[in-house]
Amino acid sequence: MRADVEHVVSIFGLDQDSARMLLRDYNWNSERLIEKYMDNPTEVQIKAGLQNPKGAPSSVTPIAQPTTTRRSTRKSTAPISPVATKFVCPICCDDEPPATLSLQCGHQFCSNCWAQYLEGKVREEGECTIRCMENGCSLLVPDSFIKQHGGTPVYDRFEELVMRHYVAHIAHLKFCPAPGCTDTVSCRAAATKSALETMVPAVTCSQGHTFCFGCNVDSDHRPVLCRIARFWLKKCQDDSETANWIKTNTKECTKCQSTIEKNGGCNHMTCKKCKHEFCWVCMGPWVDHGTQWYSCNRYDDKAAIDARDAQSKSRISLERYLHYYNRWANHEQSARLSADLFAKTEKKMEEMQLTTELTWIEVQFAKKAVEEVLRCRTTLKWTYAMAYYLEKSNAKELFEDNQRDLEKAVEDLSELLESPIEPETIPDLRSKMTNKTVYVQKRNEIMLEDTANGFKEGRWTWNETVTL
Amino acid sequence: MASISSRRLAKELRDLQTNGTPTGIELIAADNWQSWVMGIEVLGDTLYAGEKFALLFRFESQYPISSPIVTFIPNYRPPVGNPSSFSPQAVYGVPMHPHVYSNGHICASILGSDWSPVLTVATVCITLQSMLASCKKKERPVDNDRYVLTAPDNPKKASHPDAFPTLTLTFFPDSIPL
Repeated sequence: MRADVEHVVSIFGLDQDSARMLLRDYNWNSERLIEKYMDNPTEVQIKAGLQNPKGAPSSVTPIAQPTTTRRSTRKSTAPISPVATKFVCPICCDDEPPATLSLQCGHQFCSNCWAQYLEGKVREEGECTIRCMENGCSLLVPDSFIKQHGGTPVYDRFEELVMRHYVAHIAHLKFCPAPGCTDTVSCRAAATKSALETMVPAVTCSQGHTFCFGCNVDSDHRPVLCRIARFWLKKCQDDSETANWIKTNTKECTKCQSTIEKNGGCNHMTCKKCKHEFCWVCMGPWVDHGTQWYSCNRYDDKAAIDARDAQSKSRISLERYLHYYNRWANHEQSARLSADLFAKTEKKMEEMQLTTELTWIEVQFAKKAVEEVLRCRTTLKWTYAMAYYLEKSNAKELFEDNQRDLEKAVEDLSELLESPIEPETIPDLRSKMTNKTVYVQKRNEIMLEDTANGFKEGRWTWNETVTL
Repeated sequence: MASISSRRLAKELRDLQTNGTPTGIELIAADNWQSWVMGIEVLGDTLYAGEKFALLFRFESQYPISSPIVTFIPNYRPPVGNPSSFSPQAVYGVPMHPHVYSNGHICASILGSDWSPVLTVATVCITLQSMLASCKKKERPVDNDRYVLTAPDNPKKASHPDAFPTLTLTFFPDSIPL
């Protein structure tokens, strides 16, 4: 972020504040900003709220330092604004404020009101775009003004908001979604939507949380593509009450896919995340509606027919779906159970470590095995989702062979984990389990690699439910 | 020391009493610094000709930094002896408007994200007056029934953080002297 700011600062000779404000307005797309700024700096500055449209001040000069007038100086030296002779703050109606402040626009308010306003905006509304308090004045409050007059806690929060704004708008950056984790992960390969059609960007943050960079679907859904994983999860939830509620009460923003609940107000929706404006009734962009939103009556014939078709098809394929779903759910369940089992095993291993001469390192094999089982079960779980959407073909048969091999290996290892641990069998068990773990790991790698290659080669053919 | 909110409201009340209220706007009750009742009438050739409505303004301690809570009052009976032309014998309702719910809640950006601390009770009244005046069809919002069933008392709390559905209303200062 700092580099981007410095870049703009060096090109245009602007100060830090202005550069940051311009970049925010351009959603941190510095190339586009530079291009537009070359064309017409004044227009860009007006749009970003660095200048007011009328009475254009001396062109390229960056935003002026906020004028601060002390009561004592106002009487003696030349007043900065005509109201200075008898100033009454229009907000709190205090006629003896300790100090008055204004931005470049000259709208003066007392410093207390400014401080309160900034605090309200930053802490309660979580805004990092703060405009002058005057109604209709579009001048933006510069960062240094906030730093100077908002107080340290407010400014710190503001900086955090700016950082969030930055990460939200840079395609190759993402916050780690794990609770309490503040890591940011950069993944340039998965920055575009089209890249997600050929790969599953599973990433791990420095704290060790694995998640998919491309979507919000839970953790690691390899080998299934984000799009298909989403389809599958949606399908799995279709019968649950929550899903029904979400279906009836929310819609997805047509631009950024955020789930939006409308619990009041009119149909002019503005997505809080990407600021996309659309009509709740027809989901079309709001600009098409003009002011007569209530005459939105376009009936989409095709969409209705498609919906009915999909419904009858889903009934026919229910059997098929259940086959895959049961296996999917089973792996999820088993993964949970083996985690429980491991907790017990670990305890036993510790005991054994005390009773026998095995070292701590030597009793770690069970831990490794459980971790591998967990990883593979996650993979297996998702392979069923993938298989559900794959069209019958030779490629699919091979896929299912791989799946079978992995499944068999995982089940074997799982069984080993369940077997009773007795001091005399430990060395034997250990070598068996270690071997099996390595084998399972290999199978899992083969499975994932083969699928990933399949995506690159376009080997997989989908059945019509996902090709759309 | 009086709080900012009461000092500001005292100033607003003094202005309204000495300079008079804008045309079509009346002061019905302003007995304290927590809530006021304003009368509003849409003048001229509009869908609401001859109708009058009562607006309840509720002020939080953060006013004017935070916006006032403004709603139309359903089935309002003005108090006896109030200074306005609103008769204690009559009952005043909620205007039929695509941005006004039947419980009196108003969906307008000026009362939420577009609020500016320099706006006043009078300017809010004028803005809502012009919102009514520009209405072309008398009807309730599409989701009125569902909203009214679940809406909290304070319409500010009703807005979901993910979506802020509002009518963009702006106050044009040229229309009245402040």
